[in-house]
Amino acid sequence: MNRLAVELPGLQLKNPIMPASGCFGFGKEYGNLYDLSMLGAIMIKATTLDKRFGNPTPRVAETASGMLNAIGLQNPGLQGVMENELPWLEQYDVPIIANVAGTETADYVEVAKTISMAPNVKALELNISCPNVKCGGITFGTNPQQAHDLTAAVKEVSEVPVYVKLSPNVTDIKEIAKAVEAGGADGITMINTLVGMRLDQKTGRPVIANITGGLSGPAVKPVAIKMVYEVSQVVQIPIIGMGGVSETADVIDFLSAGASAVAVGTANFVDPFICPKIIEELPSKLDELGVNQISELVGRSHRL
Amino acid sequence: MIIQDRMRVTGQREIAKNIFEMKLTGKLVGEINSPGQFVHIRVSDSFEPLLRRPISIASIDHQANEMTIIYRAEGRGTQLLSMKKEGDEVDVLGPLGNGFPVGETSPGETAVLIGGGIGVPPLYELSKQLTAKGVTCIHVLGYQTADVSFYEEEFIRLGETYIATVDGTKGSAGFVTDVMEKIGDGFTTYYSCGPMPMLNAVQTAYTGKRGFLSFEQRMGCGIGACFACVCETTDKTDKEYIKVCSDGPVFPAGVVSI
Ligand SMILES: Cc1cc2nc3c(=O)[nH]c(=O)nc-3n(C[C@H](O)[C@H](O)[C@H](O)COP(=O)(O)OP(=O)(O)OC[C@H]3O[C@@H](n4cnc5c(N)ncnc54)[C@H](O)[C@@H]3O)c2cc1C
Ligand SMILES: Cc1cc2nc3c(=O)[nH]c(=O)nc-3n(C[C@H](O)[C@H](O)[C@H](O)COP(=O)(O)O)c2cc1C
Ligand code: FES
Repeated sequence: MNRLAVELPGLQLKNPIMPASGCFGFGKEYGNLYDLSMLGAIMIKATTLDKRFGNPTPRVAETASGMLNAIGLQNPGLQGVMENELPWLEQYDVPIIANVAGTETADYVEVAKTISMAPNVKALELNISCPNVKCGGITFGTNPQQAHDLTAAVKEVSEVPVYVKLSPNVTDIKEIAKAVEAGGADGITMINTLVGMRLDQKTGRPVIANITGGLSGPAVKPVAIKMVYEVSQVVQIPIIGMGGVSETADVIDFLSAGASAVAVGTANFVDPFICPKIIEELPSKLDELGVNQISELVGRSHRL
Repeated sequence: MIIQDRMRVTGQREIAKNIFEMKLTGKLVGEINSPGQFVHIRVSDSFEPLLRRPISIASIDHQANEMTIIYRAEGRGTQLLSMKKEGDEVDVLGPLGNGFPVGETSPGETAVLIGGGIGVPPLYELSKQLTAKGVTCIHVLGYQTADVSFYEEEFIRLGETYIATVDGTKGSAGFVTDVMEKIGDGFTTYYSCGPMPMLNAVQTAYTGKRGFLSFEQRMGCGIGACFACVCETTDKTDKEYIKVCSDGPVFPAGVVSI
């Protein structure tokens, strides 16, 4: 019995570790560094109906134990992803979670319908939480009714389970979580980035051309842990947790908070081998904790 | 191949005001294939500062299995780097990107190498390789002031060298383009690295000449995965955009929209 194996809707994970969307492209670059079949799954870069160039540069800025980004969902578009990116990933024995983004319900639905038919796409991650695009995206993620309706519309056409990616930039994330569950979501992924700014010391102007960016990295982990802790207690569907995961101990924290699996984002930039390193370290971490199967840790924080 | 290497510091000295020359040894050196490639350096083993710092490879010594980088200690990351001592280990990812095409200039021909500030370092290894194959190199190096200028002697040993400082404290007063006017156009190719306005001025002054420019952009991953470092392109290429880290940092003149 594989101690790290985790089963989630649509996903048979060898281990609960997967790179987060936008921090791993479509896998090619990291595929030059290690065997991607080692990963539990891969969350690919957001795919929109039409290809997008994204925002002007500078698109990233470093902050205390974190970074801001405003990439703006640059991607080759649905057709490019279907024709080039997904077929290339088929050489690996790894489930793909396709991050789907759009500006209105119709294009989310169209992308979801087509991309969920790709043989290696085992689940969708509905991105209603990107803070870096002008319309759409986050507007769905901050209104419970809109989040519900979009989830329902996508569920209707998707061939695979649908996870919804929540934004932390809301007053009460539990409301959104309950709304997407009611809309038929099979799971939740959380959190996306927190909106922030950095100013240039000399000029006083924002460093990021888009003015605001999304904060990620170790700095956001306490916020993410708190939100996973809360949401996992009000929904029945599983959570893939993320936000600042940088080492094995962070994975344990997210599982304890109530996540069933964990995504690693920004840490891939700091150490491109971080995912395989964590996967390798997990069994001894389980020994240390006296735990046999990794799922035993899920939700420890709110057990009586 | 790109590798992550814990390289050992074999030398570190301040060669000009806040400008450091650091020597590193490790198996990564064996992977470097062209001048102008860069490395992505993690300056601390903690998560503060978080991101790696992109720094060009200034010189390669395959026999000693050693490479040299030259950097300005300015922000938090490079300041920490400047505190590393001989024997310390540094987490280095590389070699990254595509360097200057040495093959574009043939033996007997002349190349002009134009560098500005911390864009000068990669031109040193480039000049070593070009001169070694019989290319005549003319160097035009621009600095803000004399006290931040470096490697004049090293470049003079390789060929004709002109220095320009903005305040005139060394060489001629003004910009590299002022010196370029004096050199004329009796050369085959040019290679340049420096701040964007300088690259733009060089490219404009040498319209019609074959040239290669090395670009700088804020980076996340450094390997082509995050789309942080993109630049728009001109109609001189089929690509709609380029990533400085993995498609570059060196591009033929005219390709990147400046
Ligand atoms: C391909 C490439 C090659 C380079 N080669 C050299 C070199 O040989 N010598 C040298 O001194 N400098 C070089 N630079 C610039 C160098 O990367 C920055 O000066 C350095 O990252 C600044 O870090 P810091 O800790 O001093 O500043 P901080 O202000 O702490 O940096 C904050 C963040 O901004 C980024 N950043 C700041 N300035 C720049 C910049 N000019 N370009 C890219 N990112 C920046 C940093 O990487 C970091 O993520 C190169 C840049 C690139 C892209
Ligand atoms: C450069 C960058 C690009 C991102 N792009 C996307 C994206 O396309 N879609 C998405 O849902 N999230 C995107 N994210 C958010 C991450 O997937 C993740 O939710 C967030 O960064 C928190 O995790 P981390 O702290 O481990 O990075 C991006 C994050 C970064 C840093
Ligand atoms: S720095 Fe990530 S794509 Fe260039």
